[in-house]
Amino acid sequence: MMTSFLFRAMDARAGIFLAIMAAAIVLVPAGNLLVPEGSPFHVPTYAVTLMGKYLTYALLALAVDLVWGFCGILSLGHAAFFALGGYAMGMYLMRQIGTRGVYGDPILPDFMVFLNWPELPWYWYGFDMFWFAALMVVLVPGVLAFVFGWFAFRSRVTGVYLSIITQALTYALLLAFFRNDMGFGGNNGLTDFKDILGFDIQADSTRAGLFAASGIALVFCYVICRAVTRSKLGKVLVAVRDAESRTRFLGYRVEHYKLFVWTLSAMMAGVAGALYVPQVGIINPGEFAPANSIEVVIWVAVGGRGTLVGAVLGAVLVNFAKTWFTAALPDIWLFALGGLFVVVTLFLPKGIVGTFSQGWTALRQRKASADYEAGSDEPPSSPPHAPSATARDAEPQPAE
Amino acid sequence: MGGTKKFKRLIPRDAAERLLGMRRLTFIRNAGGPMSFSRSLLLFLFLAMGLTAPALAQSDPEALRPLINELAKGKYDDTQKQIGALVATGDPAVAPALEALGDGDLYFRKSDGMVFIASKAGKGYALTDPLTLESAGEAGRRDVKKIKVNNKLRRVLRSALGSLTLMAPDPAVRKQAAEAVFKSRDPDSIEALDAALAAETDDSVRTVMEQARAAAVLNSDLGDEDKLAAVEVLASMGTRQAMSLLLSVQSSLEGPVRDATAAAVTKIEKSIAAWDAAQNIWYGLSLGSVLLLAAIGLAITFGVMGVINMAHGEMVMIGAYVTFVVQEMIRTSMPGLFDYSLFIALPLAFLVSGAIGVAIERGVIRWLYGRPLETLLATWGISLILQQAVRSLFGPTNREVGNPDWMSGAFEVGQMTITYNRMWIIVFAMLVFAGLMLVLKKTPFGLYTRAVTQNRRMAASMGIRTPWVDALTFGLGSGIAGIAGVALSQIDNVSPNLGQGYIIDSFMVVVFGGVGNLWGTLVGAMTLGVVNKFLEPYAGAVLGKILVLVFIILFIQKRPRGLFALKGRAVEA
Repeated sequence: MMTSFLFRAMDARAGIFLAIMAAAIVLVPAGNLLVPEGSPFHVPTYAVTLMGKYLTYALLALAVDLVWGFCGILSLGHAAFFALGGYAMGMYLMRQIGTRGVYGDPILPDFMVFLNWPELPWYWYGFDMFWFAALMVVLVPGVLAFVFGWFAFRSRVTGVYLSIITQALTYALLLAFFRNDMGFGGNNGLTDFKDILGFDIQADSTRAGLFAASGIALVFCYVICRAVTRSKLGKVLVAVRDAESRTRFLGYRVEHYKLFVWTLSAMMAGVAGALYVPQVGIINPGEFAPANSIEVVIWVAVGGRGTLVGAVLGAVLVNFAKTWFTAALPDIWLFALGGLFVVVTLFLPKGIVGTFSQGWTALRQRKASADYEAGSDEPPSSPPHAPSATARDAEPQPAE
Repeated sequence: MGGTKKFKRLIPRDAAERLLGMRRLTFIRNAGGPMSFSRSLLLFLFLAMGLTAPALAQSDPEALRPLINELAKGKYDDTQKQIGALVATGDPAVAPALEALGDGDLYFRKSDGMVFIASKAGKGYALTDPLTLESAGEAGRRDVKKIKVNNKLRRVLRSALGSLTLMAPDPAVRKQAAEAVFKSRDPDSIEALDAALAAETDDSVRTVMEQARAAAVLNSDLGDEDKLAAVEVLASMGTRQAMSLLLSVQSSLEGPVRDATAAAVTKIEKSIAAWDAAQNIWYGLSLGSVLLLAAIGLAITFGVMGVINMAHGEMVMIGAYVTFVVQEMIRTSMPGLFDYSLFIALPLAFLVSGAIGVAIERGVIRWLYGRPLETLLATWGISLILQQAVRSLFGPTNREVGNPDWMSGAFEVGQMTITYNRMWIIVFAMLVFAGLMLVLKKTPFGLYTRAVTQNRRMAASMGIRTPWVDALTFGLGSGIAGIAGVALSQIDNVSPNLGQGYIIDSFMVVVFGGVGNLWGTLVGAMTLGVVNKFLEPYAGAVLGKILVLVFIILFIQKRPRGLFALKGRAVEA
């Protein structure tokens, strides 16, 4: 049953994506660790880390696409879940420093010694164990999302209102984590990590391993998203997105569906954050900034909302552009990013993948109907897709 | 007559204030003779302002000179006696000499025993007549000798000066003297205060004197009855100063006075709490009007038109930069206009921001009507572009925008301090709100806007050019944001990030107040402002803000459409 569940999640596009990911997961670490440094095929460590960072961003974009693309919930606060996952991982990494900190305190992290905390606050207990931290990485964002979503969806806060209060949520968390007495390092956040699961966090092999872990997490979450959206539940989600009231009147408990997919998405964002922190080596309250959350949305919009693969593609493309621009033309970057927002919403509402697959479908249909008219026995595989008049929906293309 | 001549410059700085009073006194002294027009005018003004000095001893300064010269003779005890004699004359003219004595600036000339105020000038000393304050030539270093004082004498001098200045003709000086007694609580000055009170005509000075007397009485060994009356006076003051005074003397008192003191302290505590609350409300209203200014433009674009304009904060920022540019131009070309710079900037900011708003609406937003989430993203992109454009033009650092004279300073109401810039911003926010209401309710344009808001198709059928109305409404909302920027430039840093700080707060205000309702925005802004300021003392600024955000998040769960929700079909649009 499990296999059929997973098989249903596959199609040609998913197959291509998974093949590329598998290749990346194998080849990039191999190119870094096995190929000698002088070779043209050698992948430098900084590039491995950079790509690993892109993959965690891609995972975050995937989580946003799941709620926005398939359920119509535009979250402007997903960076909050990302950052919470990151903080959970950061706390584990802080506890691993042990006596190697500047003050050499075996229990207290440096910033607590500096601020004269007498002992570890209760919410830091357990973070010296990896399994506990890993559990918290999904549990903390999950519980927050569940509580927030339970209130929001039950009282039918929808559309723009929901977007604005998700932004208020991440803004409130931003302010809270800036405070020193929260016990999360205040302004500076958590940094100066030494090792993870006993491996030196700076070593090439650990970096490669983290890259592979990010890739595997992305693949794993992609398969879950795929399975969810291809299931009957996924159909209801799309129905909620396109006509919420109608779905409710048909007898579905809309808020339950929304809550499920919202919480799932938040947990994925948490995992992304947890993989992000050891690769960049720091987590601070800046990650909660509302602007970050909005930027994630544009990754998804560029790639194509409601396509999953598009979210991954968009995240990687936009972040690659950001890396390049901020190094080469730092003044231009905000113009480019702002222009991207405008251009994509005006001219490319379906994103790269959506537009591409629409063109592809149209082409195949034309070919099929040409064959049919020429006397072929095969009827067209699907009715011609009429471009919808209401521009509201950037519908995911039915995968063949 | 010596007293009528103009005083020279060479006087100690702290004596200058007293001098002012003395000069007025000279006019009174001359009142018997034929008065010139200007002099009589001055006297008239003097009387009209209620500054009539108590009738004081009007002796000729030359009569005082022997007494002053006596200061140079004998030991410390003799000097003390002599000081007493000088004070007994009650003539404020002796004050500069006593002051100089306390400061160690009083010298006597060895040749004739005359006393002078001296200051070092070159190799010798510049002498000043202690009574007329005229220059009295110079003297070599050997020719004069300092009149020595010890600490005991200094104390005597202080209280002597206190009682002398209590009789000074200038009410400000009298008030200052009374306040000094309040601080020192010197029981010896009670007599001087009683004398001064008998002669006092100015009510405000009289109050301060009574309070000073009460403070001194509590410190003295007078009977319970006097002390009870003193506690009463202090209790009616109601300030922190009075409370700390009462608390400090409480332990040394006993019996009914002690009880009365305790009762007075609780009474003062209550009054202070009331004033604190008033101050908090004032701060809250001030913050609320800032929020109102930032949010009111958004209330139009978001509330009336249903357009999410994430670039709204940037319109505010542009308004602030317009103010900066206007002030720069005024500084370089016509500095005299600086006080009017804000009035020049207001219409310009409205036009610039409004024009940018119309351009945004025509260029981007009109293609996205009916797709609020896409509008949100596109306008966010525009906000990034505008921010970067301003950063490229003006640089990333804060720009200096000055306050005109009428915006700086503060005044006091009871125990509240009210700064002019906060007051003007509240007034300004109210004016903008009223103006906007007027435009929307009383003009044809407002009528069209409301019609399009309520039913776009019907309005179009009636011949209203809806695209045109959309563009102008968006321009109006942006223009209002621009003039909000002019006001905010007075209290905030003008930097490219100015707008970002306000965008979330503005959305909170609009959503909390209820979309599509300007009154809701007003109530929402003021409520959030006041709540924020009341939370701050208990929770701290940051935590207070977080609590407000959480409160709004919960509030939206309860009332998803805000405090004053639109009813009817408009809701579903």
